[in-house]
Amino acid sequence: MAVTSELSKLSKTGRSATKSPSERADGKAAAVFLLPWFVGLGLIVVGPLLASLYLSFTNYDLFSDPVFAGLENYQRLFQDSRLIQSLAVTFTYVFVSVPLQLAAALGLAMVLDKGVRGLALYRSVFYLPSLLGASVAIAILWRQLFGTNGLINQMIEWFNGIQPLIQIGTQGWVSHPDYALGTLIILNVWTFGSPMVIFLAGLRQVPEMYYEAASLDGASKFRKFRSITFPMLTPIIFFNLVLQIINAFQTFTQAFIVSGGTGGPSDSTLFYTLYLYQEGFGNFNMGYASAMAWLLLIIIGAMTAINFFASKYWVFYDD
Amino acid sequence: MTELLTPEEAAKTEVVERPTRHRELTLSWRVRARRVVKSIVLIVVGIMMIYPLLWMLASSFKPDALIFSEPGLIASEFTAENYSRGWNVLTDPFSHYLMNSFIVVAGAVLGNLVSCSLAAYAFARLNFRFRRLWFAVMLMSIMLPIHVIIVPQYVLFSELGWLNTFLPLIVPKFLATDAFFVFLMVQFFRGVPKELSEAARIDGAGHGRIFLRIMLPLAVPALAATAIFTFIWTWNDFFSQLIFLTDPELYTVPIALQTFLDSTGQSSWGAMFAMSIVSLIPLFLVFLLGQRYLVRGIATTGLK
Repeated sequence: MAVTSELSKLSKTGRSATKSPSERADGKAAAVFLLPWFVGLGLIVVGPLLASLYLSFTNYDLFSDPVFAGLENYQRLFQDSRLIQSLAVTFTYVFVSVPLQLAAALGLAMVLDKGVRGLALYRSVFYLPSLLGASVAIAILWRQLFGTNGLINQMIEWFNGIQPLIQIGTQGWVSHPDYALGTLIILNVWTFGSPMVIFLAGLRQVPEMYYEAASLDGASKFRKFRSITFPMLTPIIFFNLVLQIINAFQTFTQAFIVSGGTGGPSDSTLFYTLYLYQEGFGNFNMGYASAMAWLLLIIIGAMTAINFFASKYWVFYDD
Repeated sequence: MTELLTPEEAAKTEVVERPTRHRELTLSWRVRARRVVKSIVLIVVGIMMIYPLLWMLASSFKPDALIFSEPGLIASEFTAENYSRGWNVLTDPFSHYLMNSFIVVAGAVLGNLVSCSLAAYAFARLNFRFRRLWFAVMLMSIMLPIHVIIVPQYVLFSELGWLNTFLPLIVPKFLATDAFFVFLMVQFFRGVPKELSEAARIDGAGHGRIFLRIMLPLAVPALAATAIFTFIWTWNDFFSQLIFLTDPELYTVPIALQTFLDSTGQSSWGAMFAMSIVSLIPLFLVFLLGQRYLVRGIATTGLK
């Protein structure tokens, strides 16, 4: 169904070894059809990947030739307090916003799945933010919403005004180090629409007869969720988890716009990719930026590998 | 019930049935109540989701002072002045940046359609050496973050003299670097009945012909999904446009908006919202026109 299951499939079955004359004929055609992709893979993907590995062992400012520097950049990585801060920011963001986003997506998909009038309209309304969420325009909107005089504070004041019991303090949310990251987490949760659509498609594929059989056995609603819906959905939950974690690690636009490119206040929104941008394209420390890039690759690779490994224990494949 | 009942029997069944019908009635009340609660939850969540967008639209027609004092959607004063002011606030009129974005998007869409469908045909229908290995490489390249390769790409494009042109944003698309779409089309091509292409083979058609005359026409939904998603992603893309375009003449919409934010700061929210709305209109139109393909595309491959 999706990339993740394709990858697990590939690792399971072996390659058919027979080679017929028609296969050789196909080989020529394949070379033609794949030519653009091969060129792109070599020049735009794998070449740069290896080049960045080389550059990560050099000092390079783009204007003079790279100077070999051994492990200097990597040693610096572990002593750079801003780098450690950027890792903390990014991990916090990933581990808080992705589960919340997926929980919202799954919850609403289940509500929508059980026959709701106007499903198409709700689906559109919930999906729209995912479509627009990555744009600069929405990041600008967020900066205003959570600003000192923003809509959120106007709402809070209105709420404080209509009742005396609960009084909430107002803040410049995006300009306060304790809250700025929270506003970006909310932004990511707001874009739960696309995993929701995937969950909806998955829920449709759960055979109705399982529920009927469970009803005959007198299973409760919670039991049906725990024993049918959840296991049947695990491949899709897994797929969304892998995808959203990889996406969340690469968050850049929102943090850049909301903090004006600084990652502030007090580096509280210094996302990893934002720091990489600052080092590489602000200070032209291309060697250091390359080392950062490889660390990012290792982290994302490790997270994905852990996910795939852990999936053996909780993901259920029907076929 | 096909048999006729005697009046006596009929009376009996009526008596027996009455309580059941009664229970059904109360049950349907419960079901109805649950349905109402569900609708209320959905409507409240829906409004919370969409309110910021509606509010931005409303604010783009408010004078600046009212944006900060009236949280409602209907303002006491209505003005279109934000739009005329925002349109001309930067060196070039905003239409210039829209045009730049459209050029980049058009190139990217065309590139992805051509290159990804070619590669997908090979993966879906051709037998060649190490096909599984290359396919795995393709799948893994989907997950490679652009940040990991951007520095050498920047060096490469600057050597080629392509900085401050649209080429770094368009040429890679003609080389199928957005592998997600290769995957999407592989999935789709696999679903096309093999008999069709085999019949064409017997009639003497080569792979080029089968691809052009059979696969592409049948793959319109996949091509549409590719075009729509490429449009949305490229229109929203900020990172690579920020890096490759530093000449104000070449600014695309996201970079123009960011420059606007930088240069005026907090002083003209109305105009900034107006241009933000302008920047979202093409996305919204694509969403309305292509919704069918969008939902299917997400559901089959998990695109964002």
